[in-house]
Amino acid sequence: MKRSVRVGRPLVLAATAVGSLLTLAIFAFMMMLGRPLFSDHSLNLLLTQAWAPDRGLYGIFPFICGTLSLVGLSLLIAFPLSLGNAILIHLLAPRRLARFLHQTIKLMTGVPTVVYGFVGIFFLVPLIREWFFRGSGMCILSASLLLAMLISPTMILVFLESFAAIPTAHIRALEALGGTRRQKLVHVILPGAKTGIITGLLLALGRALGDTMIALMVAGNATAAPESVLDSVRTLTAHIALVMAADFDSMEFKTIFACGIILYLWTALLTLSLRYIHYNSTKLSHDQTF
Amino acid sequence: MTRLFDLLLYAFTWLCGLILVGAFGTLVVFLLINGLLALDFELIFGSTAIGDALFLKRVVIDGLLPAIVGTCLLIIIALGTALPLGLGAGIYLAEYAGKISKSFFSLIFDLLAGVPSIVIGLFGFSLTLYLHKHFTSIMPCLLISGLALGLLVLPYLIRSTQTALEELPTTLRLTAAALGADQAATLRFVLLPQAVSGIFSGIILAIGRAAEDTAVIMLTGVVATAGIPRSLFSNYEALPFYIYYTASQFRNQQELQRGFGAALILLILCALLFTLAGLVRKKVSKRLMAK
Repeated sequence: MKRSVRVGRPLVLAATAVGSLLTLAIFAFMMMLGRPLFSDHSLNLLLTQAWAPDRGLYGIFPFICGTLSLVGLSLLIAFPLSLGNAILIHLLAPRRLARFLHQTIKLMTGVPTVVYGFVGIFFLVPLIREWFFRGSGMCILSASLLLAMLISPTMILVFLESFAAIPTAHIRALEALGGTRRQKLVHVILPGAKTGIITGLLLALGRALGDTMIALMVAGNATAAPESVLDSVRTLTAHIALVMAADFDSMEFKTIFACGIILYLWTALLTLSLRYIHYNSTKLSHDQTF
Repeated sequence: MTRLFDLLLYAFTWLCGLILVGAFGTLVVFLLINGLLALDFELIFGSTAIGDALFLKRVVIDGLLPAIVGTCLLIIIALGTALPLGLGAGIYLAEYAGKISKSFFSLIFDLLAGVPSIVIGLFGFSLTLYLHKHFTSIMPCLLISGLALGLLVLPYLIRSTQTALEELPTTLRLTAAALGADQAATLRFVLLPQAVSGIFSGIILAIGRAAEDTAVIMLTGVVATAGIPRSLFSNYEALPFYIYYTASQFRNQQELQRGFGAALILLILCALLFTLAGLVRKKVSKRLMAK
């Protein structure tokens, strides 16, 4: 048993170290391979120019716009939808139905994204094309609807967890004072779950930013910046997947590392904000207890 | 005023529930209608005799067998490499780490969990480029994809191991200590056996994640037709990529049918894995409640 003490600790520490080094290596590799892009002049061009390789323009600005518009619209759809579902399950639906809804939504988190993309192409895209009489149907709107479906379950589950964590004493107190259901929701549940609601939003945002398959399959991959929700767009993730040019020294090829770095930094920023929010809220509840 | 608010709230939330479940139901029914008819042995083995295909006597060209085998091999490689690392790191974070190192390392692994899968794929691809400079024989291949997928599921394994250990009741540790067991013995003979189902449910979820991810393998060596891979260094097919490829490149109704079949198989596989993980998890929490 003495031996296992001596062996065990270094072993698990080594595993931790290897995992951490790999995480940092992801970033290091992209910086290394994308290095030629980072002279002041070309970085500026990269982030502001249009994408037109035949005219020598290699800007990823349209793809940044594409990503942000897609993610923005999907959150606009998914946030009210998720909040409504969470309130329904937590407060309003009969118990058995609430359980059924909860289970279904849990199951939805396991649906492969490529399946969403596949059904999107053969079911949603033709529908959108018919409804709006415009374009191919592969557009921001179609992709956002699918993305909203992808991220809603995550959001709902986080919301529900934070609803459930509200101290029963607060709810009992309100009930004892004869509070209505509206008062319970508006004055106890929603304010009490504020941190959870922000957490759910940020997690969903990260998921939407990082998704590749829905954007790649359904958003149409146009290289121009979008002007309406019925326009096709290419996202940063889809750009990485599409530009696997044979010539590894080409400028085209180097831009995918810029996309990778931007995505890495965005998601890192989200992770750090989540950490900060979590840290603040645990500190706060600590102060209240003592 | 209150009545009106209640009414609007009711209408809004029920509408939300209906939309989401309706959308999911539509997806499942649409796949069932179009894919169910395609589900048979021919879908998997094509026109090759089943025996010949299974014993690799003949190559399956018009069936899903190579893709299914590819996906299984990917899972094995990914879990085979990520599992020791994930278990080790999870145990370290739960049992050995001090306050500062714990918060440092869990931040790092949170960062890893947030990295989009296409970026992990890009990492695998850059690694191949780098290796290719030194060993020209290394190209994007099954091994690289498996390793990259391993990196993708690593944070899931770490977190589930860590939580499974941390949520064990303190009395267990105290009892073991009172019986004279040191930290390592407590871990080996008391804590790990108790945490095993929690860890197991994390592993099942990781399998599902490795089976469904498309972005990672797209950049690291999956191709549309390769047959059953002959070595770790060859190209291969995989189920999710087959679905993606069919959606854009199908040439006739028959190929489209196979795409629907593949999508249905993948959906069922993921749903099964997910349910299984949930059941295992439920068993754990029941046992913990009983204590």
